[in-house]
Amino acid sequence: MTRKRRRLYIVGGFMLIFASAAALVLMAFEENIVFFYSPTDLAQQMAKQPMPPNRRLRIGGLVEEGSLGREKDGVTITFRVTDTVEVIPVRFRGLLPDLFREGQGIVAEGSMAADGIFVASEVLAKHDETYMPKEVADALKEAGQWQGKVNEQ
Amino acid sequence: MIAELGHFALVLALSVALVQATIPLLGAWRGDPGWIGLARPAALVQCLLVSIAFGALMHAYVTSDFSVLNVATNSHSAKPLLYKISGVWGNHEGSLLLWLLILVLFGAAVALFGGNLPAPFRARVLSVQAMIAIGFLAFVLFTSNPFERLFPVPLDGRGLNPLLQDPGLAFHPPFLYLGYVGFSMAFSFAVAALIEGRVDAAWARWVRPWTLAAWCFLTMGIALGSWWAYYELGWGGWWFWDPVENASFMPWLAGTALLHSSIVVEKRDSLKNWTVLLAIVTFSLSLLGTFLVRSGVLTSVHAFATDPARGVFILGFLIVVIAGSLTLYAIRAPAMKGGGLFAPVSREGGLVLNNLLLSTACATVLLGTLYPLFLDAVTGEKITVGPPYFNATFGPLMLPALIAMAVGPMLRWKRADLGGAVQRLKFAIAATVAALFLTLVLAYDGPWLAIPGIALGVWMIAAALEEAAYRLRLFRVPVGESLRRLVRSPRSAWGTTFAHAGAGMVIIGIVASSSWQVEKLQVMRPGEEVAVGGYSFKFIGARPFKGPNYNAVRGAFQVSRNGVDITLMEPESREYQDPPMETTEAAIRTGWGGDLYAVIGDPTGDGVWSTRFYNKPMIHWIWMGALVMVFGGMVSLSDRRHRVGAPSRRKAGAKPLKVAQSMAGK
Repeated sequence: MTRKRRRLYIVGGFMLIFASAAALVLMAFEENIVFFYSPTDLAQQMAKQPMPPNRRLRIGGLVEEGSLGREKDGVTITFRVTDTVEVIPVRFRGLLPDLFREGQGIVAEGSMAADGIFVASEVLAKHDETYMPKEVADALKEAGQWQGKVNEQ
Repeated sequence: MIAELGHFALVLALSVALVQATIPLLGAWRGDPGWIGLARPAALVQCLLVSIAFGALMHAYVTSDFSVLNVATNSHSAKPLLYKISGVWGNHEGSLLLWLLILVLFGAAVALFGGNLPAPFRARVLSVQAMIAIGFLAFVLFTSNPFERLFPVPLDGRGLNPLLQDPGLAFHPPFLYLGYVGFSMAFSFAVAALIEGRVDAAWARWVRPWTLAAWCFLTMGIALGSWWAYYELGWGGWWFWDPVENASFMPWLAGTALLHSSIVVEKRDSLKNWTVLLAIVTFSLSLLGTFLVRSGVLTSVHAFATDPARGVFILGFLIVVIAGSLTLYAIRAPAMKGGGLFAPVSREGGLVLNNLLLSTACATVLLGTLYPLFLDAVTGEKITVGPPYFNATFGPLMLPALIAMAVGPMLRWKRADLGGAVQRLKFAIAATVAALFLTLVLAYDGPWLAIPGIALGVWMIAAALEEAAYRLRLFRVPVGESLRRLVRSPRSAWGTTFAHAGAGMVIIGIVASSSWQVEKLQVMRPGEEVAVGGYSFKFIGARPFKGPNYNAVRGAFQVSRNGVDITLMEPESREYQDPPMETTEAAIRTGWGGDLYAVIGDPTGDGVWSTRFYNKPMIHWIWMGALVMVFGGMVSLSDRRHRVGAPSRRKAGAKPLKVAQSMAGK
């Protein structure tokens, strides 16, 4: 085993592992990237063509005042997310995060059901009183409704 | 007054650091013993000054001095003392001061206990340490001064985020930082060696204890963080592939690789360039972690303190550190000749495989963490790369590493016989096959991935144990002989046994808890009962409860199994006033078989409450496994050959060969 041979083995091994890693990454990117939409973005997108129900996406905005409700089973929650221009109805089965309140910013991950309701599997609320999810702040800025700083701590 | 003293101490520390970063380095270059000798006292004075600053901030927190802006925004007079103290690092400015304190403490440790390092080398190491300190001192002083005053003085503070008022999280940042900053030692040693142009077995032995200690702290810090997320956030998850988690996980992966490759440098004088590069990369990833968390570039539940201006500073610092050290590496590394040759199938070969897989896996995590930021910066498109990406890339890459991990310690240095090694693992193979069938029979209706997953964990644990038994020649020589071997065999080998077995426990915990978890979500009236995976939860009622600085609703659930009462679980939903915030306090009961987890949600009217229960089999193995891994690291650290700066360079030439033979189990 000469030095050159050893180097060849190491480089060969590295190439092999690197190639498989690259293949895995590309495949995973193809399938697992989740895009973020503001309610306006989503409405425009839906107007062009409906979202396939298995496509995962994130939406974000403010929880519309007075929109929070519960279905009969008691654990399915419905509310509407808005960027003050467009509104998305959301359905979520689970416990809402501690900081979830009407009128405040949230991000939800899930998919669009055929009936036009966003079925969320996960709802993220802002983490403390001064923190607004960045995507939500950007989305509101775009809609011209947000003057504050993203975080004023 | 005391706050000003702290501020002043920081300014002085910066000037001392400027001296420490230049004079000893020049002295080592010119061969001037006076200038070289300056490194030690400078490091000690710097440590003293930063300690004074930290002490001043601690004093402001403990006495609730709200004339200090940092205290007023992050503390409250009604807070328990523990959280007043942990509040010091529960915010941006204070956490940087903690970072700095640990950095200079480590520097002082090298100055005090590095007596057997050659003086010029030690001077270079301390100079590089001081350069890092300059970056952080300037950052603290110019962008994040913790001693800023506030006028008029408020009557009371705004309080610490209640989620952070928790013993698990009180100690999470210090451990994480001890890990991050510990890798700065490996970095400083690597840069000093590059300046000197020499990397040898003695170098590896100086670096290893630091890397090992940093690795132990980081492992502990990550485990504490995930444990906190598990019981405090109330969703029962313990790892979310959140960018901030990844930020601490990437240095861990690179550091684990560094730990293993430095063994090869130490024992076989090989893989030197690669090890030096890993040391640079590991610390760069630690800095990147600090950058990601502290700059606010991430949308993350962890981004407590965010300010883009600060981000620009850290990014600049990061670029200087990475570009500078890599340039130095590009100039100096080609001159370093590798030593001992080895066959692909050998202990070295196994460690190379470990390194390739760990660093590639680390790269995929890096890509998944940074790609969304990159895309947002370039196109403005917002995407999330979530757990499915990491499961699909990180998992398959780690799988061969985990399988091979069991065999590696059985291989001999230079050239090994793979068939022989596998043969010596026959009991481990038998145990794995047994585990395969047992899970197949017991959990035939579960997710099929659980079956090979459990078998993998069993394989790792059984192989680690069998390797230890092989080392002791258990049952093949008289018991007395085995005992003698137990006493004499190197502690670092025992460290490997524990660390590898601990990793196996983590795997079993992950696989079992994710495959066989039972979740129940419902609304309940008092008196109602719900069955959760063999247990029955009876809702007794919910009543208000007053804590020291919060109001809560406390639910009571009687848990029974087959009609026998087991325990009363009392989850809370707390409402803090300063700052106003609600938190969920899950009730967790840990038994031999796993955890029961209960959460009480919102009332939905008429005395009806939404509730959520989990039965998570074997989830505690994740943290027990992590503890066993840390224990293994500590055992290895206690090896007399790993005591900080153990050998002198003169003796180093003769020793490695002998050690290599004894390590091979012959």
